Amino acid sequence: MPVVGVNRDKLFEALGQKYTEEEFEELCFEYGIELDDVTSEKEMLRKELAARTTGAADLGEASEEVIYKIDIPANRYDMLCLEGIARSLNIFRQRETPPLYRLADMAGKQMVRMTVKPETALVRPFVVCAVLRGIEFDSVRYNSFIDLQDKLHQNLCRQRTLVAVGTHDLAKIRGPFTYEALPPEDIRFVPLKQTREFNARELLQHYLANDQKLKKFVPIIQNSLVYPAIYDADRTLLSLPPVINGAHSAISLDTRDVFIECTATDLTKAKIVLNTVVAMFSQYCSTPFEIEPVEVVDALGDTQVYPQLDTRQMDVAVPYINSCIGLELQADKIAQLLSKMQLSAAAAPDGSSVVVQVPITRSDVLHACDVMEDVAIAYGYNNLVKTVPSTVTAGKELPLNQMCELLRGECAMAGFTEVLTWALCSHAENFSKLRQQDDGTTAACIGNPATAEFEVCRTSLLPGALKTLAANKDIPLPVKLFEVSDVILLSSQKGCGAENRRRLVAVLCDRAASFEVIHGLLNRVMEVLQVPYAADPDPTLQRQRQLLGGGYDWRADDNSPAFFPGRHASVFFRDRRVGEFGIVHPEVLEAFELNNTVAALELDLEPFCFDQLGRPMETQIL
Amino acid sequence: MAALQLETDLLAQVGAGQLADSAEFAKAHNVDHQAVVGLLKSLVMADMVVMEAIEHSRLTVTPAGQLYVGVAAPEVQVFNAVPAEGITLADLKTQLGVAGDVGFKQAMQNKWVGIDKSGGEPKVVRKVESVQDTVLPILNALAAGQEGSINEAELMALMRRKLVAKEAWKTWKVSKGPCFALQRKKAATELTTDMLQSGAWRDTTFKPYNFDALGLPPSGGHLHPLLKVRTQFRKIFTQMGFEEMPTNNYVESSFWNFDALFQPQQHPARDAHDTFFLTKPAATPASNFPADYLERVKQTHQHGGFGSIGYGYDWKVAEAEKNLLRTHTTAVSSRMLYRLAQEGFHPAKYFSIDRVFRNEAIDRTHLAEFHQIEGVVCDYGLTLSDLIGTLQQFFDRLGLKKLRFKPAFNPYTEPSMEIFSYSEQLEKWIEVGNSGMFRPEMLRPMGLPEGVNVIAWGLGLERPTMILYQVDNIRDLFGHKVSLSMVRKNAICRLGL
Repeated sequence: MPVVGVNRDKLFEALGQKYTEEEFEELCFEYGIELDDVTSEKEMLRKELAARTTGAADLGEASEEVIYKIDIPANRYDMLCLEGIARSLNIFRQRETPPLYRLADMAGKQMVRMTVKPETALVRPFVVCAVLRGIEFDSVRYNSFIDLQDKLHQNLCRQRTLVAVGTHDLAKIRGPFTYEALPPEDIRFVPLKQTREFNARELLQHYLANDQKLKKFVPIIQNSLVYPAIYDADRTLLSLPPVINGAHSAISLDTRDVFIECTATDLTKAKIVLNTVVAMFSQYCSTPFEIEPVEVVDALGDTQVYPQLDTRQMDVAVPYINSCIGLELQADKIAQLLSKMQLSAAAAPDGSSVVVQVPITRSDVLHACDVMEDVAIAYGYNNLVKTVPSTVTAGKELPLNQMCELLRGECAMAGFTEVLTWALCSHAENFSKLRQQDDGTTAACIGNPATAEFEVCRTSLLPGALKTLAANKDIPLPVKLFEVSDVILLSSQKGCGAENRRRLVAVLCDRAASFEVIHGLLNRVMEVLQVPYAADPDPTLQRQRQLLGGGYDWRADDNSPAFFPGRHASVFFRDRRVGEFGIVHPEVLEAFELNNTVAALELDLEPFCFDQLGRPMETQIL
Repeated sequence: MAALQLETDLLAQVGAGQLADSAEFAKAHNVDHQAVVGLLKSLVMADMVVMEAIEHSRLTVTPAGQLYVGVAAPEVQVFNAVPAEGITLADLKTQLGVAGDVGFKQAMQNKWVGIDKSGGEPKVVRKVESVQDTVLPILNALAAGQEGSINEAELMALMRRKLVAKEAWKTWKVSKGPCFALQRKKAATELTTDMLQSGAWRDTTFKPYNFDALGLPPSGGHLHPLLKVRTQFRKIFTQMGFEEMPTNNYVESSFWNFDALFQPQQHPARDAHDTFFLTKPAATPASNFPADYLERVKQTHQHGGFGSIGYGYDWKVAEAEKNLLRTHTTAVSSRMLYRLAQEGFHPAKYFSIDRVFRNEAIDRTHLAEFHQIEGVVCDYGLTLSDLIGTLQQFFDRLGLKKLRFKPAFNPYTEPSMEIFSYSEQLEKWIEVGNSGMFRPEMLRPMGLPEGVNVIAWGLGLERPTMILYQVDNIRDLFGHKVSLSMVRKNAICRLGL
C-alpha cells in the first residue's frame, strides 16, 4: 500500500478542523485509510542520518512540523496527495460536494496540439496531454505537485514502465508539439539538473553510472533502436520519457501555465494518470477545476482531445446493493450515501435503481460491486447487523492431512520431537552437502530470490532436519526429531511441472550411531499405519497384506550417497521403493557442521493414505 | 572387626541395658573409641539410641616434662652443674642443653644461683649450699599414672611451667532411643516390586522424600507449537462445517494465483520483488488451463463483462503461464470455485491452512514462507452482514470476541474488510485478518451462477501463535533455528476451548 506523507497542520486546515490523533485515526478507520506514522521532516532526516551512521547529524533547516504518514489503498490514486486526501475526507464528512471537473471552452481559441510520429509505436506508443492555466503555486503546493507525480510513478505507472508524467512551463515552450522516436545519438539536449548538453545515449550511460534514482528507469528504453522524445515547435526538447525532462521547460514556483504530457505503453493508465493530476491540481487554477484540453493527433492522423473528463454513468439495481450488503435501503438513501464517496447518484424514477455518475477520480469503480461497497462504507461496516448464513454443509478433513495429523501424534509418542522447516533451501543444502549430484530432474528452481538461502525447493526433508540439529547443539543428547511436511519434485504428471509429496523425516543424533533405533521407528510407523512386514510369517497378517496388495520390507543397499556404506537400507511397500534409513555419512555431517552421529529415516507417506479397509485415497487432487 | 558386627554387638549390649561407657566397649572390642563414637552418632540420627556424655579428665606430663622424668628437675640439674668457682652461662648451656636454659631461669627465680660479675666475665655461682628436688617426685608419679597426693600449689606451678597438663575427654553412656531395634533398618528410597512381593514394605523405613524439588522431566517427544495451533484451527473449521481444500501444490501458475482472481498483470504483487518466480519449471503451458475459461478470464481483464468495464489492458497469456510459488492459498480457492462451478454449483464451505511464499527479506517478523489460514463460504444470496456474522462466530472461538472492520482494498474482493480485534492480552486493537466478497469478475467467468456470492477471509497462522505463546521472533517458531527447548516447554493450545 502506498504511504503518503502530508503536513498535518495543512491537512487539518484543508479539513477545516483540528483533530486529536485518536480522532483522526478513527476517521481514517471509518473511511479505509490508516494513519501509519506521525513524524516530521527533522525526525525523518534524523533517522536517515542515523541509518547511515554519519556521526553528528546536521539537521540544518529541516522542519519540525508534524507530518502524518497515511496508508492509502492501492487503487485510490486520487488520494496520493494532500489535496486528494482532504477532498475525499471532506466529501465523506459532507463538508464539500464533489467538484465538477470540466474542459475550458476553446471556442475561437487555438487548442494546443501534440502530433504523434509512427516510430513511437516501436518503443512507447501513447501520449496524452493537458494544460493547467493560471495555476498558483506556493512551496507546499509545488512540493505536493512533484510528490504526486512521484507516487503515481511508483504505483500506477509501475516505475514509469507503463506511464511517465512530464510537466513543463508552457511559457517557455511553444506548440505545436511532436512526440517522436529517434535514434539516441540524434537526441541532444541539456537535461534537468545538468548544465551541459548530452546526447541521449551518453546521458543514459551517465545515469547508469552516477544517478541512483534515475538509473533504474534507463533499462525501460535503453535497448530500443529509437528513444522517445517530445519536442516543441522550435525543436526544444521537452522530455526524454520515461527518464528525464529537458532543463529548458522546467517548472518553478513562478510557473503559471503548466503543460502536462503522459507517455505510455498502456493508454488506459495514461488517461487515469493524466486525469488524476489535473483533477487534483486544477483546484489551484485561475478557474478552479477547469482544464484546458490538448488535441493529440495519432500516427494515423486521427485526433483525440484530452483529458477526457466525462463521468461514467452506471445504473445499479437497488436490490443488488441491498442483497449483497444485507440491508433494505431505499434508492434515495443509497444515493445520499454514495454522495459521501464522490459518486453523484440519483434514484431512478421507479426507485428500482440508482443512476451513478462515476467521476474521473474514481477509476477504481469497475463494476456495480464497487458501488455496492461504497454504500456499505458510507453506511459504516460496523453499523451492519451481524447475520449467519443458513448454508448447511458437513465439515471434512482431507484424508492425507487427517492421516498425517494422527501419524504426527504417534511419532511424538515414540519419543521424537516435531520440527517445522522451510520448503526453500540453498542448492548446496539440497545437493552437494548431501553428497548428491543435481541431474536437473528433481528440484524446482527459483529465479529471483531476495535471500540467497532460497535457491531451490527442497526435494528431501533431511537438510531441514540436519540444519535444525546444527542450530540446537546445546540440547543434551540424544536428540530425536521428526517432521511431516511436503517436498517439491519436478513432475511431468502435473500441468505446472512440479508436485508436492508428503514425507516423514526422523533423525536421531547421539554419540554413537544407533541404526536399530531409527529402524525401530520405521517398524513402529508401519505398525500404526497397519502395514505388515512382508516377510512376517504370522498368518493373521496375511489378510491385511492381501487387503493392501503387499507389505513392507527393507533391503540393505549402498546406493544413497548421503548415508554411510553398510549402514543404509531402502524401504519398500508392495515392492515399490518408498523411503530409506540409515546412518548419515560423516561428510554430510561435516557439511552441516554436526559433531555427533546421526541416524535418519525418510519416508513417502502418500502410498499409505488408505481407508480402514485398505482402499487407497486420493492425495494428488489438484 | 567388620563394622556391621560391631553395630550388632553394640545394639545387643544396649538392648541388654548394659552400655555404661563407650570407651569400655571400644576397649572390649579392641577398636578405636572414635570408631564407636561414629557408629553411635549414626544410630542417634536414626533415633535408635540416645547418648549421654561422661566427662573425664587426668593430669599428664607434657613432652617438655618428659625430658626430666627419672632424671632431675632442670633447675636442680643447673644447680648441680655449677661449681664453686662458678661457670659462664654459655658453658652451662653447652653442658646441659635445653635443661640448662629452662633450669637456669628457674634456679635464678628460686634464688639458688646468681650472677657474679666481680671477676670481669660474668659467671653463674651458687647462692645456697644445697637444694631439694620437689619436682621430680611429682613428674615421676604422674608419668607412672599415679595422681595420688600431690600438693595443689606445686601442681599449678608445674602446669604454668607447661611440664604438666590437664587432659579432658568424653565417653558416652548409651541407652535405647525411641526407634531402638537390635538390627538397624536401612531406610528405603522407593517402594519396590521386591518389597511388594516379600511384604518387606511393612517393616521398611522410607527415606523422607524431598518435596521441595521438581520431579524428573518425562521422556518422550513433543509436537510443534505452530502445528498444535494449526490442529485447533482445523477443529474449529470442521466443527463449523468447513471442508478442507487440497493445498499440497506449492508450485502454481500465475493464471490460478493471479489472473483467475482478476488480479491485473501489472499489479505490484506480480512483481519479481514480491513473488518467487521459477526458472524450472518456468511455465505452465496454457493448454493446461480450460480453454473457454481462459478466454473468459482474458476478456474480463481486457474488456470487462459480467457488468464490469475490465482493466482495459492487453492481457498476455505468457504472463499467465509463468510459474511461481503461490503467494496465497486463494490460488487453491480459485481452483476449487472453478471446479464447483463445473461440477454443478452447490453451497459449499471450504477451509485450508498451508504454506504461502513471499520473496521478502527475512527478519524478526517476516519469513519468506508462512502459513495462511483461509475460510470460504459459497452460496446464493450471501451478504456482507453474513460475512461479518461468520467472522464473529469464527473469532469468538479464538477468544477474540471484540471485532471491528475497516474498509480495505484487495483486487479480488469487493467489498473488502480488514478485521481488527481487541486483544485482551496486548490491551490494544490489532489487525487479525482480511476478508471480503469475491468480485463478480472472478466468479462469473468461472461459471458460477448469477446470485451466488462467495465470502472469504484469511489470516496468518504464525502471528496469532506468536501472540499466544509470546514468541517475539518468528524464526524461533518456524524454520531450522527453532528453539527446541521452547518446543519442549510449549503448553497445549487452548484455542477453541
